[in-house]
Amino acid sequence: MSTQHVEDRGLLRFLTCGSVDDGKSTLIGRLLFDTKAILADTLTAIEKTSSKRGMTAVDLSLLTDGLQAEREQGITIDVAYRYFSTGTRKYIIADAPGHEQYTRNMVTAASTANVAIILIDARKGVLTQTRRHSYLTKLVGIPHVVVAVNKMDLVDYDQATYDRIVGEYKAFADQIGLTDVRFIPLSALNGDMIVDRGERLDWYDGPTLIDILEAAPAAHTEKAESFRFPVQYVCRPQASDDPALHDYRGFMGRVEAGEIKVGDTVTVLPNGLTTRVKDIQLYGESLPKAIHEQSVTLLLEDEIDISRGDMIVAAGEAPAQSKQVEALVCWLSETPLSPARTYWLRHTTREVKAKVASIAHRVDINTLANDSATTLAMNDIARLTLKLAQPVFADSYTESRATGAFILIDESTNNTVGAGMIV
Amino acid sequence: MSTLTKQTLSHLDWLESEAIHIMREVAGQCSNPVLLFSGGKDSICMLRIAEKAFRPGKFPFPLMHIDTGHNYREVVEFRDKRAAELGERLIVRSVEDSMKRGTVVLKSENESRNKHQSVTLLEAIEEFGFDACIGGARRDEEKARAKERIMSFRDEFGQWDPKNQRPELWNLYNARSHKGENIRAFPISNWTEMDVWQYIEREGLELPSIYFAHTRPVVIRQGAIVPVNVPLMNGELTNLPKAGEEIVDLQVRFRTVGDISCTAPVESAADNVEKIVVETATTTITERGATRLDDQTSEASMEQRKKEGYF
Repeated sequence: MSTQHVEDRGLLRFLTCGSVDDGKSTLIGRLLFDTKAILADTLTAIEKTSSKRGMTAVDLSLLTDGLQAEREQGITIDVAYRYFSTGTRKYIIADAPGHEQYTRNMVTAASTANVAIILIDARKGVLTQTRRHSYLTKLVGIPHVVVAVNKMDLVDYDQATYDRIVGEYKAFADQIGLTDVRFIPLSALNGDMIVDRGERLDWYDGPTLIDILEAAPAAHTEKAESFRFPVQYVCRPQASDDPALHDYRGFMGRVEAGEIKVGDTVTVLPNGLTTRVKDIQLYGESLPKAIHEQSVTLLLEDEIDISRGDMIVAAGEAPAQSKQVEALVCWLSETPLSPARTYWLRHTTREVKAKVASIAHRVDINTLANDSATTLAMNDIARLTLKLAQPVFADSYTESRATGAFILIDESTNNTVGAGMIV
Repeated sequence: MSTLTKQTLSHLDWLESEAIHIMREVAGQCSNPVLLFSGGKDSICMLRIAEKAFRPGKFPFPLMHIDTGHNYREVVEFRDKRAAELGERLIVRSVEDSMKRGTVVLKSENESRNKHQSVTLLEAIEEFGFDACIGGARRDEEKARAKERIMSFRDEFGQWDPKNQRPELWNLYNARSHKGENIRAFPISNWTEMDVWQYIEREGLELPSIYFAHTRPVVIRQGAIVPVNVPLMNGELTNLPKAGEEIVDLQVRFRTVGDISCTAPVESAADNVEKIVVETATTTITERGATRLDDQTSEASMEQRKKEGYF
């Protein structure tokens, strides 16, 4: 085995939506097991547990069994992250539990995912829950959806059943505007169409689940985005022994959208001044350019006063500076939203005080109907307007995920209480 | 799905970039952070990430090690050497000082001091007023860690309440805390053991010698390889064999390094990083399963060794 010359297809983050009843834990267990991410000692441990519980076969869903506190109380507390690699690509699975706190957990898990696997039980077809998962997937802007029709073993691998579910889902996907949807029949229990094709789904000639994941684009979006660089930290090593560093001013951050080359003209927000990129550095090395999600240090040609919370953007493509934002907000806290209170709003590296100006409507995620609301409880989603003490440099969430998202923080407890997507 | 056209980062570059971003967020949001550095492989990666995050400047935090007094000499020496090379401040606080103060009481002299590190850590947090501790824990290490936040909130008693964790969305980290409370930040949460070794290989990072295959006296205790007669910094020997145990010289390496009393090596001939990467890719035992002496699952490692011709 050689570690050289293996193609690196980067890293893909995906989300699995469904409840234990849909076989979600079994699917994840199967992915980990079939890609050899499960090692012998872990397997021995779950074999023991399986036999203790009177099962003859190994229950792969035990691989995702969580904390002791959860097992004792029979609940799942929140999102768990799992890892596997195929050698060419590394995967991070965000595994969100079903039941009451579902919206909050799914929005959290979805916020970093590029692919959503929506599980449907072949015996049950498209349910309210399926529609809810799909709506949230659309809301949080996951670009690619895989509808996995699971438990095909329980419907005798019947193609007509599968075709009917696909037809029904397609109609719904059109209705909510999900565009990139793939379908696959599978049996997580028997491992059919996960990594191996199995022998019982020979009427299906599409790719296996792992083939779909291997081929999925690693970038969140394939369209060109405007350069966005929120400044995290300013490096000014004046006191250094090295006189060459006395005038060094490096602006440290991560390219959150687009890309940047040495010589590009940029605008600094909020002051609006324009200059050129003199150098792009990483650990003493000069880079000709930096791409999306790359952490670097930018040096600029002109001396401009820049601090954390400012944003360096492509000249001529600056986002709006606004002291008011309109957004879809998912409420995450057990303490309801209070329009009388002030919250911290964190947008990129900028933190400003915010207050609710008005709530346009609340979305019923089961029926997608709008109703009126004066407050928000945990798991509620609403469209609202926030007034801000200072401006933020906001793109719409559909234009740019990283610069269109924010969180709300409770001033007294410091808890993260809301997740917002700018309209 | 559309075809892949946009240039994206390799998986190691992505993980590194994420970790740099997290460290800079801690530096930007917290007023008095500290980076926990033990001389182990994960924290060695963390130092390289800190260099990439903050050079040519100094680190905006000191390094700190909570020393149990039962650490491998090679690791302690490496710790001091690395901190000196970087020109960064290293704070060492010792479990033995907590024992002298009476805040740590061992049940027996041989009890592992690993878990008592938390007392000393909390004492150090209070002494220096740290509002964030940056650590090298990874979510793949064990089940409970799979649900750990990247910025994990601890109350004034240093406790983690899994039911009261802040939701963590996008890359918008919330490291706010009140006086006395604390944030534990884990920049390499999303790394696996394999990622760590691949990163060490790519960056050419130096490691304490005990990570590589070497011959040392051990006994086999409940299926695990237990190093014996290990010299401490003061020259004293620790981990003495029990009566009746047969000492054998075995070629081993450590996959994790911690308190001598509870870290076991694995049998291995891998004497460089490249060989360790290959071994990590083909191993059948988890990092903790192979090295935790109190773990029932080490049954499996014994079984595997026997299959491979072990006595």
